[in-house]
Amino acid sequence: MEKTIAAKTGNEAMAEAMRQINPDVCAAYPITPATEIMQIFAGFVNDGKVKTNLITVESEHSAMSACVGSAASGARTMTATSSQGLALMHEILFIASGIRLPIVMADVNRALSAPINIHCDHSDTMAERDSGWIQIFSENSQEAYDSMLQANRIAEHKDVITPVMVTTDGFIISHGMERLEMYPDAEVQKFVGEYKGPYNVLDVDHPITVGSIVLTDYYLEYKKAQHEAMKAAKRVILEVGKEFGKTFGREYGLIETYKTDDADFIVIAMGSTAGTAKAAIEELRLEGIKAGLLKIRVFRPFPAEEIAAVLAKAKAVAVLDRCESMSNQAGPVATEVKAGLYDAGVKVPLASYIYGLGGREIYIEDIKNVYRELKAIADGKSKPEQAKYIGLKA
Amino acid sequence: MSSPKQASAVETKFIGGHRACAGCGFPIAIKEVLSSSKDPVVVVSATGCMEVTTTIYPYSAWKVPFLHDAFENSAATCSGVEGAYQSLKKQGKISKNIKFVAFGGDGGTYDIGLQSLSGAMERGHDMLYVCNNNEAYMNTGVQRSSATPRGASTTTAPAGKVINGKQQNPKDLTEIMAAHNLPYVAQTTVGMWPDATKKFEKAFSITGPKFVNIYAPCIPGWGYDTSQTIKMSKLVVDTCMWPVYEVENGKYKINYKPAVKLPVTEYMKTQTRFKALMKDEATIAAIQANIDAKWARLQLMEEATNKV
Repeated sequence: MEKTIAAKTGNEAMAEAMRQINPDVCAAYPITPATEIMQIFAGFVNDGKVKTNLITVESEHSAMSACVGSAASGARTMTATSSQGLALMHEILFIASGIRLPIVMADVNRALSAPINIHCDHSDTMAERDSGWIQIFSENSQEAYDSMLQANRIAEHKDVITPVMVTTDGFIISHGMERLEMYPDAEVQKFVGEYKGPYNVLDVDHPITVGSIVLTDYYLEYKKAQHEAMKAAKRVILEVGKEFGKTFGREYGLIETYKTDDADFIVIAMGSTAGTAKAAIEELRLEGIKAGLLKIRVFRPFPAEEIAAVLAKAKAVAVLDRCESMSNQAGPVATEVKAGLYDAGVKVPLASYIYGLGGREIYIEDIKNVYRELKAIADGKSKPEQAKYIGLKA
Repeated sequence: MSSPKQASAVETKFIGGHRACAGCGFPIAIKEVLSSSKDPVVVVSATGCMEVTTTIYPYSAWKVPFLHDAFENSAATCSGVEGAYQSLKKQGKISKNIKFVAFGGDGGTYDIGLQSLSGAMERGHDMLYVCNNNEAYMNTGVQRSSATPRGASTTTAPAGKVINGKQQNPKDLTEIMAAHNLPYVAQTTVGMWPDATKKFEKAFSITGPKFVNIYAPCIPGWGYDTSQTIKMSKLVVDTCMWPVYEVENGKYKINYKPAVKLPVTEYMKTQTRFKALMKDEATIAAIQANIDAKWARLQLMEEATNKV
């Protein structure tokens, strides 16, 4: 297969993936730092490079509403947003997943107001973690591009039929220029396949009612069906990730481990920080510290068993949360990791950290310090702290 | 244009067994809409009485495709349905001519869904938006909306000892939609079947965004007998509180001018929501003055736009 090597930003990579997928409908609204994705895509539409009907709505609420209407009409449907835009979609995200529409969205992680801030953290995506969407995080542009190409296959799988959001870290990935390996359009289209929606309100000969009021007698069963779909999603994500690997050469799973096999100390991170952590590990290994990384790629469905299995032999673990949940306990990732460890019967000292809110830089040295703190915990010199802030001004 | 008798001879796409109140106005509106298109129709509805009483799972009163998304986004959702249709038709994946209708109540249209409606109309989707106006939030128990007439008692603007019902005149949504320069904007009432169906037929015959505001009385919200829905929806027209008119490509046409314009009290005294207002002569005079001014303005608009 002839691959094209190009220098692309995360937003360009996302837009290129959308061009190759060539959806029937996109409905979107501008918001920093995701705006570019739709700007670039609008160029593809107006240059006739895609068949997509681009609906330039008047808000993100209407963007997701139009996506619901479109996806319910047998059309492959995509959108892109960020931060306040995702928050404005909140109500309709639950409807999209509830009435089982396989919409695919590119979400660029950005802090939520207030105070208003345009830079990266995961608070927007984390606020939607219970919306019934599959959530895939990306370490870099390549992963974002690759995951976008897998998203439709996952969302549209008959055992799943659940919307998917693929996220990149605002500015860090969205505006960072990187080496991107792109695959030929025809190969991508062959992999993604023809769209077959779960149902279609345009089938006027077989009229159906969608979005019914479902009361005490069926609501619970409705939700259980969604619960089962999310369970099936774990299997399907792995299957699609494996097939992607066979086709394009890069296999994807629910998590990625980096030097965890012999690791005494494991840090858990998501998104671009995983790359920084890998660099920190390289330096620590030279110092003789057995450091490892567990990167969570798929946050929904949450790979609890897989995480617990990796952490079982570690002497101490740290979870880095780029989001506050104001629970006084820990950030959302740490809270979920701890719940998974409890269920698996794994008892390992775990420290949780909050970092990078509003785009605050995290450096290799910051992460090396985390490992050093883990060592101190393992040596009995200190106790694990929860929701400890990294990088605060003195 | 059809009569109810003619319409009853065609297979209905909206069937009985739904749980709307006896005598409710909106099922009449639905039948008027659905009987006015020769092409198949896809319906999108906002949350409200219409949706909750006709789609109680696992039942449905709809024999046309029906999609409900949320409260404030009927127009945006319908724009997505129509957008998908345009895309699939262009790709040759669909060949039928299909019409698209978005329904919303006055709460879902005048208030919470106004932005969604304005956006969808501005974008020019080939769809008809029908506002089913019963002048308050009826599904949640008669709260005031921006369509509620001045002086009406609602649960959030009750007739109290100090403040007597709603203090403001209603928003004029039909004029707001006319200001969008749509090819077709109209106001009608469920009780004038020929007028309503003529307007819906015309709306379906025009390509592009259309808006029809239909007056649909609510028995528990307004307080009148179940047998009087048609009477209520005609009486309001004879007082000129709800003129039936249309704006086609900017030209106004008043479809019915009462031979004798009745005082607003002739309408108000028939409903318990105005009971406390009946003792407040000053407010009644102010309401009458407002209605008179608006009626005069409407006639001037008709005259002026037909001269252009």
